[in-house]
Amino acid sequence: MTTKKTDAIVIGAGWAGSILAKELTEAGLSVTILERGEDRATAVEGDYPTSIDELRGAIRHRLFQNLSQSTVTIRNTTDQVAVPYRRLAAFLPGEGVGGAGLHWSGVHFRVAPDDLALRTNVIAKYGKNFIPEGMNLQDYDVTYEELEPFFDKAEKVFGTSGEPYTIKGKVAGTGNPFAPDRSDAFPLPAMKDVYSASIFKKAAANVGYHPYSLPAANASAQYTNPYGVQMGPCNFCGYCSGYDCYMYSKASPNVNILPALRQDPKFTLITKAHVLKVDLDSDGKKATGVTYLDLRTNQEVQLKADLVIISAFQFHNVHLMLLSGIGEPYDPVKNTGTIGRNFVYQTITTSRAWLPSKQYTNLFVGAGGAGVAIDDFNSMNFDHGPLGFVGGSPVWVNQAGVKPIAAAIGGPGGKAPTWGEGYKDAMVETYRHSLTIDAHGSNMAYRDIYLDLDPTYKNAYGQPLLRMTFTWKDNDIRMNQYVVSKIEPIMKELGATRYALGTLHANDVFDTRRYQTTHLGGGAVMGADPKTSAINRYLQSWDVSNVFVIGASAFPQGMGYNPTGMVAALAYWAAYHIRTTYLKNPGPMVQA
Amino acid sequence: MKHCTFSFTTALGAAALLVLGHMPQARADASADLVAKGRYVAEASDCSACHTIKGGKPYGGGMEFKLPIGSIYSSNISPDPAHGIGTYSEAEFARAVREGVRKDGASLYPAMPFPSYARMSDSDIHALYIYFMKGVQPVAQAAPANGIPWPMSMRWPMIFWRAVFAPSVASAQKDVNRTFPTPAIARGAYLVEGPGHCGACHSPRGIALQEKALSASSGTAFLSGGAPIDGFVPTSLRQDQRTGLASWSEDDIVAFLSTGRNLKGESFGGMTDAVYHGTQHLTVEDLHAMAQYLRSLQPNSPNVAAWQYDPAAATALQHGDASARGAKVYVDHCAACHRTDGHGYAPAFPPLAGNPVVMSDQPDSLVHVVQSGAALPGMTKAPSAFVMPSYSQMLSAQQIADVVTFIRGAWGEQRLPRRCGNGHQPAEIRSPAGAGRKTRSAELNQRQRKVSGMVAGHRKAATDAQKETGAGSSPAPVLI
Repeated sequence: MTTKKTDAIVIGAGWAGSILAKELTEAGLSVTILERGEDRATAVEGDYPTSIDELRGAIRHRLFQNLSQSTVTIRNTTDQVAVPYRRLAAFLPGEGVGGAGLHWSGVHFRVAPDDLALRTNVIAKYGKNFIPEGMNLQDYDVTYEELEPFFDKAEKVFGTSGEPYTIKGKVAGTGNPFAPDRSDAFPLPAMKDVYSASIFKKAAANVGYHPYSLPAANASAQYTNPYGVQMGPCNFCGYCSGYDCYMYSKASPNVNILPALRQDPKFTLITKAHVLKVDLDSDGKKATGVTYLDLRTNQEVQLKADLVIISAFQFHNVHLMLLSGIGEPYDPVKNTGTIGRNFVYQTITTSRAWLPSKQYTNLFVGAGGAGVAIDDFNSMNFDHGPLGFVGGSPVWVNQAGVKPIAAAIGGPGGKAPTWGEGYKDAMVETYRHSLTIDAHGSNMAYRDIYLDLDPTYKNAYGQPLLRMTFTWKDNDIRMNQYVVSKIEPIMKELGATRYALGTLHANDVFDTRRYQTTHLGGGAVMGADPKTSAINRYLQSWDVSNVFVIGASAFPQGMGYNPTGMVAALAYWAAYHIRTTYLKNPGPMVQA
Repeated sequence: MKHCTFSFTTALGAAALLVLGHMPQARADASADLVAKGRYVAEASDCSACHTIKGGKPYGGGMEFKLPIGSIYSSNISPDPAHGIGTYSEAEFARAVREGVRKDGASLYPAMPFPSYARMSDSDIHALYIYFMKGVQPVAQAAPANGIPWPMSMRWPMIFWRAVFAPSVASAQKDVNRTFPTPAIARGAYLVEGPGHCGACHSPRGIALQEKALSASSGTAFLSGGAPIDGFVPTSLRQDQRTGLASWSEDDIVAFLSTGRNLKGESFGGMTDAVYHGTQHLTVEDLHAMAQYLRSLQPNSPNVAAWQYDPAAATALQHGDASARGAKVYVDHCAACHRTDGHGYAPAFPPLAGNPVVMSDQPDSLVHVVQSGAALPGMTKAPSAFVMPSYSQMLSAQQIADVVTFIRGAWGEQRLPRRCGNGHQPAEIRSPAGAGRKTRSAELNQRQRKVSGMVAGHRKAATDAQKETGAGSSPAPVLI
């Protein structure tokens, strides 16, 4: 049988997998990435003008998961029968080299430090009874100070553009005053504010809020990162989310890490390799490697390794743990087990302002990561006491570039006619003269919101699908309504001719048919207590110590910020501790 | 589903085993050093650019050189006794490399740059021989037979060509040993004039396609720019203003040779192969030596004024005036990367302003790049790959003629070449070689395969594309 093996297997070639593979090869390990999708390199498939075909791209889902092979089932409540998610809509997991890191938009936040210990902070400020019944509020068991060097490293690898507020405790710029202190400046200056963002900035400041330019992993100038890879500058073409970036300016594993990694003889990338399970030894305490299906030959292959990194998309991580028997599946009735527990999302609604006809917003212009935001109602930046909910939302104008088909599908909005001349006039008005403001909010974890294996449906390989049980809860609906009410003064200040506020409503249920966000989280969360977390503070499985699970699956709550910056920092944080501690003395790094 | 078990050995380990397994009789250490030296000489000589096809086995030959009278193919120079050079003695090997004579006495076509290799030292030839015999795996496959019909296939007239145009080893070696200002420049001259065979492309050729000068000692024609190859015009490597390297610093040259890009430009065409297979592997010391030597070459056209940036075109575009011929095409298709001021965003996207390619009085390279695009693969020291798209399907011949006229008028040779009259005409914009009536998607696929073969580790077959397009063909003109 197997006489040789790779030192480390990395499952998934997205941001988390590429970072771990880079770090582990730097540590001298032979590393194999198994990626179930196609190989992708921006200079090959992502070049101009091949990449900017909207029909083939965002509409026909070129870079997204092929649901005909495997998907999830979804239900709102435990008394329903879940059905398969057959058409991509509410969320868009990636597939192929780069993963969701290839089709993301590029908003690149750090973390609101209060969010890392949200349970501790809420209790300290408002008391234990403030936490609603059934909400699993938890801490990450890692601090911002511990993660800061890794946020810094990730920004330098990504070529992130941004304006700092404080660096080493001193005010250094006009960035977000709620942002945590930084050890260094952003590698590139902030992206320019497009017109809609610039007027939002003025209006928000006039209302008394604290607007700042978004940190964006869209390069504001040409850049060479620490791995020697080169980026071009963003030209605001608007083809970010859903596309590879033909200007090489939106950070992706494909542009920022893999070109360097592919040159390393210790690195192997195997594509069209669908991992079926992580193989465990007889007592289930140690992984011996993985079994994957070679999708080209339809043969199962066993690959042995000392270390297995599960770094696929959030819910694929959870799925693979459940299929492999790593950790105890979560049981919402008994409230036991951790795998599938604390499945979270984000609470996002969009409001729109129409401006006078002499003001052109030109929605086709844009950059996925750029814009102007306020953090006045995010995290614990405001007093929740009289409001009676946990969580918050940044609010922003993030004009990411509205492509023509998407604009037509979205329609003119408001109360416009649905056909004829009135419709056309309204479309033109919306496309040229409107702007949108998002409340991009947190989503808390609840005892009856979770992931488990579906009892009925199976994927193309005969394995049970992952089942999502998810809907909106009162706490998050009220949070959204409160934050959206704070947008209204901005609308007035903007001089909008009319505006429409988008909010969740009481008793709204999760609607899978409408795109909301791909920012899914949790299900294999990090924490200090193995009874309520699947992985420890180093993202190491409590149950199988040579398995690390990297990604947004580690988030105990859905945060208001976009997750990629946090995922990258956690990946570098875990990699650092694997390199400096685990590899010298393999075994549990935290005693349960 | 069948069940099998997969095991991994690192590629490095496997390669080491193969090398060791091939030389049990030799003293491993000394031989390993010599093999390593020989590998370096092979890289400095750019052997694999012609003798290894993309996706093929190292030094298995088979690269096609398309000539009007038929195709010839590079030979298998692996140590396979039947199909390669396994039975060559060192003397026979040296004679082939330096004098262009096969073991059987037949003449090599001067696609093989033996007039330059004649300058290679005995010690380098020895190392090269040891490397090919002990450091290269035998490839048991014959290169395709040459497709030149009789009587043109007869090689004996080459004897006379060699007698007239190829230097004897003795005279070449004497020239190598001429006096240089510094040891570094001497080393640089050796690399550029000898193994590097830069003149094969960058020097003009005479009536019999012989290089008009084979070294800096034989006049300023040497490296003063060559005839078009595959539609690209090799620029002057001398200190010529505008069309030469006068504006490039030593570090600019070193960066270009080690990564195929610098703040002044990016490689394309055959030069990309030369960097990818050859110069990127050279030591920093050797690259500086080459740069110092090149910077010591006096201009071939000394009376050309230095280039000055003219902001007129950029000012017009930035004020919304795209009325100049080709300006609108430029703004729509080129400016995103190369900017309305022509400065580009180097090193990702090269500048057009000040670029010798734009200032050349021959528009061929510019036209060809616009038509066919260009692919810069990742290099060891600059792992990013970049592509310039092919516009042959997106723009009409008229539009390409217009935009080339605009670019050259805005940032190039202000005196348009005589044959262009008032600008470039569509008739000049030929179909790219081999493109024929292929569909857009077929061409895209072909181009993508070509690029993907050059992206390190991006595993897609490039061989077919290359054969179809003749893309990786000779960096040297072929005597017919």
